[in-house]
Amino acid sequence: MPAVSKGDGMRGLAVFISDIRNCKSKEAEIKRINKELANIRSKFKGDKALDGYSKKKYVCKLLFIFLLGHDIDFGHMEAVNLLSSNKYTEKQIVSPERGALQGLALCSLPVLSAASCPMAQAAACRPPQDSMDSVKQSAALCLLRLYKASPDLVPMGEWTARVVHLLNDQHMGVVTAAVSLITCLCKKNPDDFKTCISLAVSRLSRIVSSASTDLQDYTYYFVPAPWLSVKLLRLLQCYPPPEDAAVKGRLVECLETVLNKAQEPPKSKKVQHSNAKNAILFETISLIIHYDSEPNLLVRACNQLGQFLQHRETNLRYLALESMCTLASSEFSHEAVKTHIDTVINALKTERDVSVRQRAADLLYAMCDRSNAKQIVSEMLRYLETADYAIREEIVLKVAILAEKYAVDYSWYVDTILNLIRIAGDYVSEEVWYRVLQIVTNRDDVQGYAAKTVFEALQAPACHENMVKVGGYILGEFGNLIAGDPRSSPPVQFSLLHSKFHLCSVATRALLLSTYIKFINLFPETKATIQAVLRAGSQLRNADVELQQRAVEYLTLSSVASTDVLATVLEEMPPFPERESSILAKLKRKKGPGAGSALDDGRRDPSSNDINGGVEPTPSTVSTPSPSADLLGLRAAPPPAAPPASAGAGNLLVDVFDGPAAQPSLGPTPEEAFLSELEPPAPESPMALLADPAPAADPGPEDIGPPIPEADELLNKFVCKNNGVLFENQLLQIGVKSEFRQNLGRMYLFYGNKTSVQFQNFSPTVVHPGDLQTHILSGPLAVQTKRVAAQVDGGAQVQQVLNIECLRDFLTPPLLSVRFRYGGAPQALTLKLPVTINKFFQPTEMAAQDFFQRWKQLSLPQQEAQKIFKANHPMDAEVTKAKLLGFGSALLDNVDPNPENFVGAGIIQTKALQVGCLLRLEPNAQAQMYRLTLRTSKEPVSRHLCELLAQQF
Amino acid sequence: MQFMLLFSRQGKLRLQKWYVPLSDKEKKKITRELVQTVLARKPKMCSFLEWRDLKIVYKRYASLYFCCAIEDQDNELITLEIIHRYVELLDKYFGSVCELDIIFNFEKAYFILDEFLLGGEVQETSKKNVLKAIEQADLLQEKTETMYHSKIFIGFKKAY
Repeated sequence: MPAVSKGDGMRGLAVFISDIRNCKSKEAEIKRINKELANIRSKFKGDKALDGYSKKKYVCKLLFIFLLGHDIDFGHMEAVNLLSSNKYTEKQIVSPERGALQGLALCSLPVLSAASCPMAQAAACRPPQDSMDSVKQSAALCLLRLYKASPDLVPMGEWTARVVHLLNDQHMGVVTAAVSLITCLCKKNPDDFKTCISLAVSRLSRIVSSASTDLQDYTYYFVPAPWLSVKLLRLLQCYPPPEDAAVKGRLVECLETVLNKAQEPPKSKKVQHSNAKNAILFETISLIIHYDSEPNLLVRACNQLGQFLQHRETNLRYLALESMCTLASSEFSHEAVKTHIDTVINALKTERDVSVRQRAADLLYAMCDRSNAKQIVSEMLRYLETADYAIREEIVLKVAILAEKYAVDYSWYVDTILNLIRIAGDYVSEEVWYRVLQIVTNRDDVQGYAAKTVFEALQAPACHENMVKVGGYILGEFGNLIAGDPRSSPPVQFSLLHSKFHLCSVATRALLLSTYIKFINLFPETKATIQAVLRAGSQLRNADVELQQRAVEYLTLSSVASTDVLATVLEEMPPFPERESSILAKLKRKKGPGAGSALDDGRRDPSSNDINGGVEPTPSTVSTPSPSADLLGLRAAPPPAAPPASAGAGNLLVDVFDGPAAQPSLGPTPEEAFLSELEPPAPESPMALLADPAPAADPGPEDIGPPIPEADELLNKFVCKNNGVLFENQLLQIGVKSEFRQNLGRMYLFYGNKTSVQFQNFSPTVVHPGDLQTHILSGPLAVQTKRVAAQVDGGAQVQQVLNIECLRDFLTPPLLSVRFRYGGAPQALTLKLPVTINKFFQPTEMAAQDFFQRWKQLSLPQQEAQKIFKANHPMDAEVTKAKLLGFGSALLDNVDPNPENFVGAGIIQTKALQVGCLLRLEPNAQAQMYRLTLRTSKEPVSRHLCELLAQQF
Repeated sequence: MQFMLLFSRQGKLRLQKWYVPLSDKEKKKITRELVQTVLARKPKMCSFLEWRDLKIVYKRYASLYFCCAIEDQDNELITLEIIHRYVELLDKYFGSVCELDIIFNFEKAYFILDEFLLGGEVQETSKKNVLKAIEQADLLQEKTETMYHSKIFIGFKKAY
């Protein structure tokens, strides 16, 4: 180390750093640091005053410790003391300390108020032998810093002219620093600093026209003063084009020179040369776009960017795509941008870097107009099939917006949206499919086509749930339009929809039930079939209150109401009020303000066509509040055609019936034998059940103690099995029986009193530990409990039923708190309810090829979790197999080349989303070790599953 | 510029410079997140990425990643060259700089950065001028320290 050794005398510091580097473990490092901290503390607190050198050394050590990521809560005073020292070496060390800059700026603060010449006075803070120039530089940037911290402290006025005049300074470094200051100040007081325009232009012109060697040390790889040029161009973007014709002429000349230079052969092959040169070029193009008044320059800029689109440097392609996005919104260059469509489409297909592909998608979106919408939409749809997960949702939104905005006929629009659902159903948000329903409802001419298309789409063997939703709604409203065709006669329509019913989530099933009741109205011949479906035990006694209520109410409505009443209640939906597309609002939210601007301004589309006029934003409707909320009012509640069905708001129906609800038949179907065997006696009236869904009583936070120490261990026993004894002590035994289907579960808890004395005030409750303040229903799990008797006789057993719905993925299980009095003494017990995320696994069978393809798709580091651990049980392949199956995943044979290894796949079903999971377990019999790898599309899920499963072997 | 981070391929932070006030907790969170993101990227990928509402510009030199966060209207390419110029300054000062130089002389690395960038803005782009300033500072330091060491020596002798 040549230059460094001189003057660097802090040996103690070097020794300390070496020590840290030699530490073998994190613990050793922390130990060494704590030792040092104790030492420094005692030195700082000690009686002996420290000399400057020691103070500096210790502050340096503290800085190093801070840099390692440890918190430092002392020593600040010593650092400040160093700052006030009159020895340079001691003062200097403080400058890396955080806040030092403010410190330095603060030095000039009193100076500012005391004298009107901050520049000269700021010199007081600097070593005397510095030349005036470097003082000016630092002072300018300190002032900028100060201004950003508190703008009021910086007085404008008489020295404004002096600051602007710095642009004329001989010293390039001074100008560089000053431009930053002026750019910031002029944003607030554009008029005061207006004189800077002509100075900046002449400075820029001198640099641009200088030969590459003129500026000596300010030339960077043959590019004269690139930093200063970029800053000057940036400054000019704070103002409109210069009014003075001479200044403007000179500036345009500069811009042209930059564009010309881009065509010259490079003076060096070094990347630094091209970067510096292109930095200026891109900033020039930004200025041209900002002015948006020189068609000639705009088109030249566009052509230049077009060249970059095929450059071999990824960075340039990225920037060119980004820059072109803004060019696309200028009326002068929009057409020029459009000529590059093929290149951009190609970029979308072939770029290896996802961030570049993202830019390409943005640009396609920005350059889209009626002439190329079909091509762009179809390319984006094609891209969607292989697109990265991270940007799928955004592409879906973009396609949906473009399809709506540029639809020439609405059958194309309907086709496009259905394609979207087919290709990327998971990423089609509610806003998108609400919107298609809204448009179809509002347009008579497309309703028949929509019904026909959606009917065809539903015939696919596997179709996405969103397709079922759209299909259910459209057929319920407009199924009559295609009922004349025997291939889509009412019974066919119904059986097609009903064939999907059992695979769907609760929300979709609720929607389908509403479709069924609409069918009864539209097609009286289906009444008997549908009533039979509604009457089935699986509906009338569904675990989900919403479904149960709909089944009961619709069944009664269909049997009690006259045809006229039915027709009135279930009349076709009225047209929706026209409002801004909620999709656009969603995209804007995603991308921040300005993202939707390309579509917002109607500049390119002055003759707003009739066909789109109805749904395009108009000034009067843009203000619709909360665009994402309930377009159709069916986020969770039923479609408006159906009466509101939530327990509290069911008045409408009650009025219509005006009598006791029909007694449903409660005979269990065979497949529900397990449930019925355990089920409590049927309630007297279904209404009673509806009225008392008995949400988990919400005990105050103070009521629930922490889980017992062995709660985790007990929980682990249930990760791979559903039934067994959860807890036992001398008084009480708690047994569990549970079953899970998709995102739903039912759990029976059996509380056995092992004593001969009655338990009193017996109350088991379930809470979610996440946040005890919030109601349990808003947690990731919705748990409904039924109350149990408050007394449990000696030797008796009581049973409690829990209905569980998994709304989204979760890491911590709910807590079960059991309290009772035994012989007068209060007893309390908190356990972890054996509900872990893997309970909502659905096994998925797949071929080896599919498995590997998916495995590769989940290759981001955060999607994978891996654990290597020692076997705690004998390594028996059959036992392992049983455990993995109990865990919930499917076991895939013949996938892993090593037959000893286990490979599994499954989907975690929650109401909000599905998480695909792949797992691989590699036993090593010699070492008695396992290696477990989990890959899922959600990071916390991977980790959590890995931890859960690793404890089982 | 909002901040600059230097970290190794193993994810160890070697230098951090923040030009916006943030809590320590926030800084740690940002650092963790960015180190992870940048290290996950493949070599041929582009050097820019969108992150929150900022743009991240990064470049790898041997085992070290230099990573800058700039605002929306800032110029990515010139930021890449800010990084390069800083590396050149380190290289010139230390004489073919390596990661170890920066670990053991982290305060020098900070001094050099402070002469080059101030408050997140480029202060001086001339390599000669920056190094001259650093040299002067070193000279000054040497002078005071020689004085100091000679004092120690005298004190030491007297004690015996």
